[in-house]
Amino acid sequence: MSDALETQDPVTMLSTPIRLDYDFTAGVAQSRSLRGYAEGRFVGQRCPVCKKVYVPSRGSCPVDAVPTKEEVVLPNTATVTTFCVVNVPFAGQSIEIPYITASILLDGADITFMGLIQGIPADEVRMGLRVEAVWVPKEELGPTLASVKYFQPTGEPDREISTFREHL
Amino acid sequence: MSTAPQPKQGTRPVAIVSFAQAPTQRRIEQANEVELLMPVISEVYAQANMTKDDVDFVCSGSTDYLIGGPFSFVTALDAVGVWPPKRESHVEMDAAWALYESWVQLQEGDLDVALVYGFGKSSLGDLQRILALQLDPYTMAPLWPDQVSLAALQAQAMIDRGLATEEDFAGVASRSRRDAMNNPNAQVANDLDVATLLKEEYIASPLRRHCVPPLSDGAAAMILVAGDRAFDVVDRPAWITGIDHRIEAHAFGVRDLATSPSTTKAAHMAGVGEGDVDVAEIHAPFAHQEILLASALGLSSATTLNPSGGPLAANPLMAGGLIRFGEAANRIMDGTASRAVAHATSGPILQQNLVAVLEAAS
Repeated sequence: MSDALETQDPVTMLSTPIRLDYDFTAGVAQSRSLRGYAEGRFVGQRCPVCKKVYVPSRGSCPVDAVPTKEEVVLPNTATVTTFCVVNVPFAGQSIEIPYITASILLDGADITFMGLIQGIPADEVRMGLRVEAVWVPKEELGPTLASVKYFQPTGEPDREISTFREHL
Repeated sequence: MSTAPQPKQGTRPVAIVSFAQAPTQRRIEQANEVELLMPVISEVYAQANMTKDDVDFVCSGSTDYLIGGPFSFVTALDAVGVWPPKRESHVEMDAAWALYESWVQLQEGDLDVALVYGFGKSSLGDLQRILALQLDPYTMAPLWPDQVSLAALQAQAMIDRGLATEEDFAGVASRSRRDAMNNPNAQVANDLDVATLLKEEYIASPLRRHCVPPLSDGAAAMILVAGDRAFDVVDRPAWITGIDHRIEAHAFGVRDLATSPSTTKAAHMAGVGEGDVDVAEIHAPFAHQEILLASALGLSSATTLNPSGGPLAANPLMAGGLIRFGEAANRIMDGTASRAVAHATSGPILQQNLVAVLEAAS
């Protein structure tokens, strides 16, 4: 080793920036759901074997491993199965804390997805709460779940846990 | 009544009984990975007259780096149906290694049937940059060397050693793409002679376009059965009578790129030289690598190499190695071969090599 190197401190850290760009393939089934959002409606698919309705569908029933072809348009009404009160601020947050993120079970669906709850104080949200989707104005609709602004209470009586226990 | 040949490794004979693959394409734009896999898995079950309920173990090979999203192998399970819960595993490698893991699982004796599958879409990102990330992260990956340039270093090392010429490379490509004309799943199939191919410009000297594999989207699936039950599924199961996997150093600087001692060792352990080899399906994405590997495997000129057209005709990452096993097994199952060699590679310029001998029962 040269004298010059001997007097250098060892390298203990190096920075190697990495950036990769990708195209995303939504797939045939998910594309239908995404186009549904652009039209302001929820589009799912029904399994021909177990008859369960998946929204959004990935094109198959993960239980029966068969293609799901039958399209099902679902209503705006739903039940909160479970939820989380967000109290932690983070970078890029667009909503005031505390706010509610909930698992949303659309009426007629057999799988939940994440949704924002508004129009009710955080400490009053509960399992079984009945809600409905509030969409962004028509001119702002796009092929994204962001087309749903949030879900708000409908005022209907709560659903019994036994009616959605399977979906928790 | 046939009996299963005793394997060289392990105690339990295991056979490939069915194999299916998606027709390889440059870019599959509509189907996502689940939709790409579903018809392939349906076909592999149909061939074996099985359903998902017959399968005891599921193992896949894929990589999140291709799709650019985490846990893509978990979402891919939507195509498989894993309810009631099954034993399931995944390798971040070509699905040929998922076959290897399944073979090990079946040796345990409490499982009899395994589903193996692999999938990869090279079209979603910049493959040359993605593959650079499998290199040493401190000294090599930050330079972003592309796989074609690395392969060119290897090809040049072979030329410098007098092991092959550019005409030899063109000969491999010419034969492979001509053979691919009989393979409906191939992506690049044509009838061009060596002189025509040698007129192409270099991509990375000494490699011309014909020496380089296509970018491919694809998927493949296979069913393995342990013991005599395989004879209930198919007349001529492709028995895995020897299998071995060896790895070379990650750093190129300490390797002799013109040879493949890991392949030679794996071939010896798998028993390749212990009988005539009718057919070999070699996972050589670059033309020069077929010459290098055929030599390392100890194959004679009597062996038919890559009758499917090999990876020069279709090269779906993470499925391409499994396809070699599937094509070799098909030659056993259709009666055109009695003893075949299947080879799969992983890592940069043939770093890892998996070799198996497939045989029909006598």
